[in-house]
Amino acid sequence: MKIAISSTDGKLDTPFNPRFGRCEYFIFVDGDTREWEAKANPAASARGGAGPQAAQFLASSGVEAAISGKFGPNAYSSLEAAGIGAYEADSGTPADLLDRFLAGTLKQVNAPTGPKRH
Amino acid sequence: MIIAVASGKGGTGKTTVATGLALSLAETGQPVACLDCDVEAPNAHIFLNPTFEHRETVNQLIPAVDPDLCDGCGKCADVCQFHAIVVLGGKTLVFPELCHGCGSCTLVCPQKAIREVPKAQGILEGGPAASGGRTAAGIDFAQGLLNVGEPMAVPVISQLKKWRGLSDTDIVILDAPPGASCPVVESMRGADFALLVTEPTPFGLHDLRLAVELAREIDIPAGVIVNRDGIGDAGVDDYCREAGVPILMRIPMDRQIAEALARGESLVDAFPEYRDQFRDLHDRIVEQIVRQRVGS
Repeated sequence: MKIAISSTDGKLDTPFNPRFGRCEYFIFVDGDTREWEAKANPAASARGGAGPQAAQFLASSGVEAAISGKFGPNAYSSLEAAGIGAYEADSGTPADLLDRFLAGTLKQVNAPTGPKRH
Repeated sequence: MIIAVASGKGGTGKTTVATGLALSLAETGQPVACLDCDVEAPNAHIFLNPTFEHRETVNQLIPAVDPDLCDGCGKCADVCQFHAIVVLGGKTLVFPELCHGCGSCTLVCPQKAIREVPKAQGILEGGPAASGGRTAAGIDFAQGLLNVGEPMAVPVISQLKKWRGLSDTDIVILDAPPGASCPVVESMRGADFALLVTEPTPFGLHDLRLAVELAREIDIPAGVIVNRDGIGDAGVDDYCREAGVPILMRIPMDRQIAEALARGESLVDAFPEYRDQFRDLHDRIVEQIVRQRVGS
């Protein structure tokens, strides 16, 4: 299973970025092998619609679970349509969050958790 | 004749000038219309006391997708510059607040699965103005009002400029929003003259330059009104001389004027002597327009 974690600097051991649509990087991790790579988020500086664009990026990368802080209404409905699970975290490094996700202690959300933003 | 009153900087006196000019010209019996294009915060009505007799909704067409006809090909998403329509997991999602209403998605859909439905962006309202206790000032007034939460002012301004009953013989005075971006461009586009209101300060000058550049960019002759004359410095005068932009009128910094305006009285109701100045201003604007047309 491929997992995406929002990140500011694309590193595993620094605090994750709680913004979904406009985070600078996504860290893609293979949940089985723990192999990972960071890719720049093409939606980071979108004029509008960053949430749906980021969701499209994850969908086209074959992601099945997204870990971030808050998911706005457009981001959430896009992830839902793409069949990508949205998992909410408040703090931690991507490495921590991966462990918590694999241990089943991260909460999956089933509705938007953040406000609509620009 | 269409005169757009603009400024760059906010709070320089655009509405004071637009309403003063409208009232002064209407009293001479000329057909005058005043349109408040500051659709995010219209307030010319405070000086003109219109009776709103007509209202219309400003709609934008946004796509609606029929899921039975849509095969998820994604051509709509590819053509949309604003990412207002995306295809995810075989489903087509529309984000109305990102849509600019261009209709491209509907045109390219091979399945004819998209139709366009109206979505309200704002309203227009208008009717005859009254001033200073008089029941009718002879001004056809209208304003646009963008719905709270809607991001795009331009469609509202664009429809306002086609307000019902405007005729070619009217003197149309447009009270533009501050700034120098899309809503201001939409307000000024097609005007015969840009009347730029500024104050003689470094702040006024900075934004006046932008407004003059904008008027030149869209090829409209421009002139300046210096409001709160006497404060600040000589920068605006020096700039206007160097740039060849005429200063057509000056309104002094005067506490009594500020107090009257703060009570919601129009400049010409509080100080009737300004009527002649505004009529002279109109003559000078006509002169400038003629000069530009003969010169070009």
